[in-house]
This record gives sequence, C-alpha cells and structure tokens, in this order.
Amino acid sequence: MTSNRIVDSVDALVAGVRDRAMVAVPRDTSGVSMAATAALIRRRARGLHLVCVPTSGLQADLLIGAGCVATIETSAVTLGEFGLAPRFTAAVKAGTIELKDATCPAIHAGLQAAQKGIPFMPLRGVLGSDLVSHRDDWKVIDNPFAETAGDPILLLPAIRPDVALFHAPRADRHGNVWIGRQRELMTMAHAARETLVTVEAIVDDDLLASDETAAGTIPSLYVSAVAEAEFGARPLAFWDAYPAEAVQISEYVRLARSQDGFARYVARYLGGGEATTAAE
Amino acid sequence: MDCSREELLIATIARLLEGCRHVAVGELSPIPGAAAFLARQRDDRVTVLGRLKNNMFTNGGVELFDCAAQGRIDAFFIGGGQIDGEANINLIGTGDYPRTEVRWPGCFGTAFLYAMVPRVILFRQEHSRRVLVPRVDFISAPGTSAPGVYRRGGPYALITNMALFAFDTARRRFRLESVHPGASLEAVLDNTGFDFDRPDEVAQTPAPDAETLSLMRGPVAREIARTYPRFAASLFPDAAEDAKRLTGHLPG
Repeated sequence: MTSNRIVDSVDALVAGVRDRAMVAVPRDTSGVSMAATAALIRRRARGLHLVCVPTSGLQADLLIGAGCVATIETSAVTLGEFGLAPRFTAAVKAGTIELKDATCPAIHAGLQAAQKGIPFMPLRGVLGSDLVSHRDDWKVIDNPFAETAGDPILLLPAIRPDVALFHAPRADRHGNVWIGRQRELMTMAHAARETLVTVEAIVDDDLLASDETAAGTIPSLYVSAVAEAEFGARPLAFWDAYPAEAVQISEYVRLARSQDGFARYVARYLGGGEATTAAE
Repeated sequence: MDCSREELLIATIARLLEGCRHVAVGELSPIPGAAAFLARQRDDRVTVLGRLKNNMFTNGGVELFDCAAQGRIDAFFIGGGQIDGEANINLIGTGDYPRTEVRWPGCFGTAFLYAMVPRVILFRQEHSRRVLVPRVDFISAPGTSAPGVYRRGGPYALITNMALFAFDTARRRFRLESVHPGASLEAVLDNTGFDFDRPDEVAQTPAPDAETLSLMRGPVAREIARTYPRFAASLFPDAAEDAKRLTGHLPG
C-alpha cells in the first residue's frame, strides 16, 4: 500500500511550506531540491527564513532573486567554480534581506541541539570572530566545568526549522527516504518539525527491511511528504548520479547580474511565467 | 628545472605539510589539494580529507569539524578576501557590515577551524595591497586569541604568488621566509599593505627538483584531474584528457 505521505506533484509538496516558514536546505553537494525551489518560486512564497546547512548556492540565489527570502542564516552563499551568487550579493548591498552570518559547525551544532531537544549547544573556537558580535542570539559563557576560572565558550541556540527540504535518490512507498552517507539530511529531518523530500524515484522495496539500506535511511516517522522528481536537483549536480548543467548555470550567472535578466532566466527555465520576480 | 608558477606553489605547500598525517582541503582549492596529494605520494600515511571524490567521511558535513575538534586534523588551508599583518582573515566583504560594499560568500568553517587545526596555511595567489591589508574590515577568523581563550590551532604560513611568510604567534607578525623566482623583495614590499619581519638576506623559494616534478606531472596530476577537472585542464592537459576518457564526460 502506498502511504499518503507520497504526494503526486512537487507543487503539492511545497504547499507544506508556509510563508515566513523557517526552511532548512542542504549544501550543493548533499542533495538540493531544485524542483521544489522552482515550485516555491512558482507559488510566490514570501518571507522565508532560509537556514543553509551549512552553505547554499544556486538555490538560495534563486529564492532571494524571486523575493521569497526575508532572512538567510548561512556560512556562505556561493556558486562555487561559477563564482559569486549575484542576487544574494545584490540583496546584501541593497539591504533587502536580513543576514545571520554563521560558521559551518555552528549551524550543525544548532540543528543538533534541536535534534536532542535541548536549548543550546556549546562550540569551541569562533571567539574573536566578528561573527560573535553581530549575532545577538549567540552567547559566550565561562565553561562551568573548567578547573580554573575563565575558559569562555560559545553557545549556539537550537535551530528548529519549520521545514527541512531536500532531494534524495529514492524513497519507498511508506515514505522512508534513503540518504546514504549524507548524514546532515538525517540531522535536518530530526531537527525540523516537517520534512519534505523530492526523490529521483519511488521504489517498491521496503528500505528499512534490510540493514544494507536501513542505516542510511530516514524513517518515515520524520517525513511529512515525498514527491517523485526525476533529475530534481538539476541544474545542480546530484551525487554521482548526474553532473551539473554547466551551460545553464553559466547562463544564470550572466543573466542574473540584473533583476531583469534574472526574471528572464526564471521565465525560461522555471516555467514561472510573468509574475515571479522580486522587482514588483 | 623549468616549472610553472602553480607547480612552484604546489611543491612549496607540500614542503609546509611535512610531518602532517591528516590534511583537509576544500572543494575549490586545487593548488592546496595538489600539494596534499603530492605529500601523500611521498608518505602514504597521509590522508587527504574534504569534499573530494571518494572522500572517507560517512557522518555528513559535520564530520570534518568533529574530526578537527577531536584533534585529528593536522593541516588546513584558508584563502581570504583580506588578510592582515596579525593574520586575521576576512571572508565576508569590504566596508561596513552588514551592508558591505563588496560581499564575498561568507566565513564557511574558518571561524572554527582556524582555532582548532594546528597548521593552517593561508593561501592566496593575488599578492596586492588590496588583499594584504593593514587591518581587515571584518574578522571572519582571528589570527591570534586573548590569553585564556581555548585555542590549539592557527596560522602557520602565508603563501602568495610572490612570496612565502611564516607566522610568529607570540609576536603576532609575519616573517618573510622567501621570495619566489621572478619576484623581488622590492615588489613584495610594494605590494604588501602590512609590516612584516624579514632577515637581512632574503632567500629565494627553491624550485621543485626533477623527482618532485615528475610526481606532480604524473600521479598527482591524475588525481587532480579527478577532483578538480577545470583546474587540471589548464595545468595538466594530458591528465585531464585521460580523466575525461575514463569518466565519459567533459570536465566541468
């Protein structure tokens, strides 16, 4: 029997992302749902608080350019070898998004706190970085277990996303999702209230039936909805399954230098029609 | 021995890695990556960690940082939009935060790794007063820490297209170690925005020997072509061609 977690379109999937939701998304190499990104832009999502785990690229840039993002919490936004992220850069300069700059392990630690249901997680390092003075939600205390006085240590508040949103190779008909070694996707699912996943394929096997697959599988108890989206990470690369569409990403970089060019890209590749830019 | 600027940098960085066991490199760091592969050619106990093809990590993105926190990572590389004379690094941008005039990607893991990895090598090819500044506009990761702040890592060396510097943590200053062939002390002084120490006689950075070059152009080039195809295509075209045939698609 097919679980009602399996929804029949990506548009139906992203109906679970409300405006102003805190949405956790993975770094480019882990499994970015570009299919869901396009659907969010089509449905004109607004006011999202994007938590990048721990960085983002084309996905964040598209959502920012389309006016979907109010706040971005990230350790970096970059298109990697394709260069700087143009709409992110423009939004920073214009002051149209709130920045919560972080460092990679701080984002992982915040999610781990939420995973454990505790209010914060300590992290070594980072002290002396200007990040600390600009993050008023981060605190420094003296290590209460130190043998001598002092020993300051950074505390990060739990990050509890409303939604974790990503792409994975496959799910079974119960809604169990195989993520292999991309364990941050497991942490995201544990930390978030809802987990929405696009997959390359929905398979008939039970992914929890065998130890071979169970260890790399997010059990359906954490999963709210799954939609099939073959090549759902394109134009980004997806693991070893397919490489990045370099021509398309290069075209994005060229067009997205301006908001008008960005709108042309969205119309051409995301089926967004006329009303998808932030320039309104 | 004729070698390219990149080969000189790779060989020099590999020398800085002597004695290291676990070296972490970033996805977009082909020259440090090549240096780590070269170090591994010389000592097969060296492991190269990071976002490479067939990397060893099985616990997700957090594992590199946990591994560093456990003291298992000996060396790491950081670039930097700006680097100042106290080895503070800026990866955020120029001007006043948050509405910086120029915005770079962000701090990545540097604020943590700079404090945790014993031998952090600062690598930035551009050697200019725009990059090597008196004081960074934003401290992504500090070069030194106040007494009493837990820290077991930090800056070890700075290497650019012109020169190699060592960092003296107690003095909080760089010291010029050598100037690369083709560059001069005057050019280094003209293009460095911060003060640094230097000996009376400044050495020239030694070029790689024939054995090092053949390792670089053979097995290292092939490994590089698998991990950094675009870089390999420009530096080691033969190895890139081989990799292309093996993987069946164009690099990048």
